[in-house]
Formats: sequence, structure tokens, C-alpha cells
Amino acid sequence: MTAAQKSVSTERRIKVLLAKPGLDGHDQGAKVVVRALMDAGMEVIYTGLRQTPEAVARMALDEDVDVIALSSLAGSHLPFCTKLKPLLEASHLQDKLWVIGGNLPAQDHDALRQLGFTGIFPTGSKLDAIVDYIREHVK
Amino acid sequence: MNDRAKDELKPITNESGIEVKPLYTAVDVEKSGGLSMLGQPGEYPFTRGIHRLMYRKQPWTMRQYAGFGNPADTNKRFKYLIANGQTGLNVAFDLPTQIGLDSDDPLAEGEIGRVGMSVDTLRDFEVAFDGIDLNKITVSLTINGAAAILIAMYLAMAEKRGYDVKQLRGTAQNDILKEFIGRGTWIFPVEHSIRLVGDTIEYCAEHAPKYSPVSVCGYHIRESGANPAQEMAYAFCIAKAYADDVIKRGLHVDEFAGRLSYNFNIFGNLFEQVAKFRAGRGLWAKIMKEQYKAEKPGSMWLRMIAAGGGGGLTFEQPEVNIVRGAYYALISALSGTQTMALCSYDEAYTIPTEYSARISLRTMQLLIEEMGLTETVDPLGGSFYVETLTNQMRQKMEEIMAEVDAQGGIVKLIAEGAIQSKVSAQAYRMQRDIESGKFRKVGVNCYRNEKEEEHPVEFHPYKEEDARAQIAALDKIRAERDPSRVSQALARLSADASAGRNVMPALVEAVKAYATVGEMTQEMVNIFGRYQEPIRF
Repeated sequence: MTAAQKSVSTERRIKVLLAKPGLDGHDQGAKVVVRALMDAGMEVIYTGLRQTPEAVARMALDEDVDVIALSSLAGSHLPFCTKLKPLLEASHLQDKLWVIGGNLPAQDHDALRQLGFTGIFPTGSKLDAIVDYIREHVK
Repeated sequence: MNDRAKDELKPITNESGIEVKPLYTAVDVEKSGGLSMLGQPGEYPFTRGIHRLMYRKQPWTMRQYAGFGNPADTNKRFKYLIANGQTGLNVAFDLPTQIGLDSDDPLAEGEIGRVGMSVDTLRDFEVAFDGIDLNKITVSLTINGAAAILIAMYLAMAEKRGYDVKQLRGTAQNDILKEFIGRGTWIFPVEHSIRLVGDTIEYCAEHAPKYSPVSVCGYHIRESGANPAQEMAYAFCIAKAYADDVIKRGLHVDEFAGRLSYNFNIFGNLFEQVAKFRAGRGLWAKIMKEQYKAEKPGSMWLRMIAAGGGGGLTFEQPEVNIVRGAYYALISALSGTQTMALCSYDEAYTIPTEYSARISLRTMQLLIEEMGLTETVDPLGGSFYVETLTNQMRQKMEEIMAEVDAQGGIVKLIAEGAIQSKVSAQAYRMQRDIESGKFRKVGVNCYRNEKEEEHPVEFHPYKEEDARAQIAALDKIRAERDPSRVSQALARLSADASAGRNVMPALVEAVKAYATVGEMTQEMVNIFGRYQEPIRF
């Protein structure tokens, strides 16, 4: 075993909750991202469709994840994140990394950042960019 | 071409896994199986088209997908599209409607009217289709989980307006099995979902024999990551599952198969897609004739909408999507489709504006009016390449269908999440190939602009006040309707669902009593339960 491999294996694996918020059924992108994160060595819990803000907050807490990731393509990202933010804060998860991807118009990015979603990956983002961002920003 | 030149060429394989040669001759056609499946248009096996004269007699129906906000907003957009020459309607519903929630359900908050029109009761259909002649403009309802309810609603609305339901044409998507693979608007567990599709087919065969209760969709399976051969093969497996359910009830195949229709995707390699459609027509006819012993030609027809192309459009350089859309429309015309629709150039961003929807409509009209696409039937027929590829695509589809059967059948594979896992793994590989530049996408991994400019996309507004108005309208209906009539109708629905009787008569009665989509769905959830999504990678 080389030194580099050893340092990787002793490092704790990054644990990600990837959720499909609301009623949106477009899961192709979310599932592609799950595979990319798993290929990058992360542990991923994929929620499946139709998660409420309460369910996402509960799973994030129960599973003790490093990253809370949402994939939204049907336009309800702002109302959903507005409801999710206080729930995550109430569970003291504000130190975790919050990221969101999907159909996210540029005009909404500031509002998403203000809601605590620092990693924003609109349609067209590269898989490696998502992986790299998570690696760099997980505390 | 001499051997040395050939050696220097890199092999090319299409998405379906068929190697593409630099040149095709009559020898390739013979080696791939010859022309035994070609026939004449309008004759078995219908490879060249289901009608003898095809577009020469009547061009394809143009049916852009539309719907948003409340029914009054949608009615306005429908009338705009019709005024601009559209010949059919394809209704988009919001997500609460699609999964059987009323607008005042807490889970519907923020989603009312967002991606389609919101529908709670029959009153909404009365408003949405007001002033539209249902004999002249056929209506397609893009609804799946709640399809039985919305078909009942459409038939009740037409009857109330004085139409003879026996003569009424129209289509519902109502393909629930593909919703488990992609799109995701399922409600009930798999077996009950199939039973509901069977209920609609059985009911329409008797009461609305010209209505198409199902449009089996390869489209969304392709969007989820399937290749073109899989798209069609899986759709055929799904159609067979519905047909088997109806035949078990004692109907003969010729009593319903003529009203089954299909929905396929049009993005990708032009020749591969055209071959897909021609191959699919022959294969479906063969399946219906040989396996199902259909006798009526209509039962063997692959009637379809070849449309959309969303999976091929790009977020980058969106105006280039106008040109992509034009090529996709060409594919659709060359495929011999009955109906066409195009995703608009701005759909990676937003609900299409009137402007972008009109560009899509003009694109299709251009093919009819200027480009000669309607003058001759199956104009690519006889091309060495297209005929060879048609034979090869048909063989691929047969292989995929045999593989599904060998693994226990499509229903089992979907219920276990196996198909979902397979196509999602393919979507991942495709995304990696696009990112590495191996699979070329203009504006995405090649020919990118030095500095991508801000694009002129106008966002469709979400109006909170429309959502509130929809809830207020629902409150009013709840207050005005006859509560005893509603509760009797819902009790009958519950009893029929529980006893395994066809639920359609009870749904029609409940719809007429102004029961809500949410109430009817809940009655059935109480009996059938809810689907639990298998998570499998």
C-alpha cells in the first residue's frame, strides 16, 4: 500500500444525503449525480422522490451526513428551501454543506445562497465540478 | 472502398449498439434479412406506414404540450395555439393533479399550476375546454397516476357539453409502468396501477370506442437513459403487459388493440431514429398478428406521436435548440408519425412562452408547406442504409424483448427497480461521455463560445395569486355541491375498487358529482395502498 492510498483509506468517507424535494419526478439527473459521488468514493443516501422538508431534515440528522444535496427540476426550489432552512437550523445542521442542483434560473441563485445553499449546480454543470466542490468544502 | 482505406477508419457504433459502415449496398440489405418485412404502406407489416397515402391525404397532427396556472390561463394558451394553426391539444397538468392531490392539500403548496394546469374538479375541465370544439380539435391528456380519474372527467365534460361519447376522439397518456422508470408520477402499487389501466381500456372499449385510453411511452424511458432500441422494446413489453391484463378479463384483442397508441422520442442520430420507427412498426404488427392473433389491421398499427426531443436539447446556447428542433421535426416526419410536437428552445430553462411555442409550431408547418415532406410516403424507403438499419434495429428490439422475458418479464423488472437501475447506469455513462467529449454535443463539449453571452430567455412567471384563486374556486365547489351525492359516489368507488370491479363507472359518477381528484385518489389509496419506490443502484 502506498502512502497516498493509505491516507485515502484512513480518511473518513464523505457522507451525502441526496434528496428529491417536493413532487418533482425528474430523477435522471439526481441518479446520475449519485453514481458520480459513489464513484468518487463518497457514501450516498438517495431518498427517492417526493420528500417533504421535514423528511429531508430528519434524514440528514439521523444519518449524520456531511452534505445535504437537493435536486430540483420543476421550479419549486425556492419555496422548498425556504421551508427547509429553519428545519435544518433547528437540528443544528447549519455547519453541514448544503448544495442544490437542477433547473435553477440564474436569477434565483442569490436567493438560494441567502437560504444557505452555497453550492449551486444548474443544468449543464459538470459531474467533476460537483465532486470537487463537495471535497473542497466539507469541513 | 479498398481494405486499406477501411482499416484507417475508426469504427462507429450508434447508440443502440449497431456498427455503422461507411457505405451500404444491396448486399448489406440482403445480409441483414432482405426486404421481407417491407411491404406496402397501409399493408401488413406496415413498416412503410400504417396508411396507404399517409401525409398525402392528411398531414400529421400538431399538438404542442401546453398548460399552466389555472384552467382559465390554460384555455387562453389553447386558443392562442389553435389560432396559430395547431390541430390538436396536449394538456400539461401540475404535479398535485398528476399525483392525485387537491390544490388545498398541504403537499401541493408552491406547486399549484407551476408545471401545468391545476385540476380539482369537473368545473376546471369545463373552464379549460370552454369554446373549443372537441370534434375538430382532439385532446391528449398527459396524465398517468391519476389517469382513470381524468379520463372519467374528460368523458363527463364532453357528455355534459352534448357530445356523443361513442364518437369522441382523444387520447390519455395513462402509461403508468413507464412512470416507475422515469417521470415519477406514480400513486398506487404496480399491480393495482396495471389494473387501473386495464379498467380504462375495458371501459373505453365499450363506452368510448374511438377514444385512445393509453399512449404507451418509450419517450420517458429514453429520457431516463435508454438507447433507441431499448426505448421501443421496453415500450412494447409494457404495452403487452396492459394487453395481457385486458385479455385476462375476457376481451378479444381486436376489441381494444386498435385504440392503443404510442409516444416516442425523436432526438439522436437521424438515421437510427428513422430506422427505429420503421422497425418498430413492423415488429409491433408482427407481435399483434402472430402472438396475439389480431385480425383487424387497426389492431396491428403502431399509431404514435413522435415528438419532443427534450433529452437532446441543451442549456448551453439555447437558440441553437431551434435548429436542433427543426432536425428532430424532420426525423419525426420521415418516421411516418401520426402526431408531432416539439420541445421549444427555452425548455431547459422554463415553460415555453407564446413566442417560443409559436416557433415550434412554425417549424412543423414549414415541413408541410415548404419542404415537401407530405408529398410522398416513406421517402427514405429503399435506401440501402435505412433498410439495413431497419432490419438491424428490429433484431435488436427482439433481442431486448427476449432478454426481458428471460429475466421474468417487464412488470417484475420494473417492480424490482432493475430497469430503472439499468437505464440510469447508461445515463451516467452518457453524461461522462459528454463531459469527456467522446459523445459530441455542439455548444456543450465543442464549439463553445469564448464568452457565453446572456441568453434571451423570458421566464414564465409563477403567480401566487393564481394558486390562491384555484384554492378559492375549490372551496366554492365544495360548498355548492350536493354532499350526499358526493359521499354516495365515493362509497361506490371504494366498494368497486375493493371488490375488483371496474372502477370507471363509479369514477364517472363521482366526477359528475364534483368529487375532487384528491378525494377519489384517497378512496383508492385506502384500498390499493401507495407505491414504495425501490432504491437500487
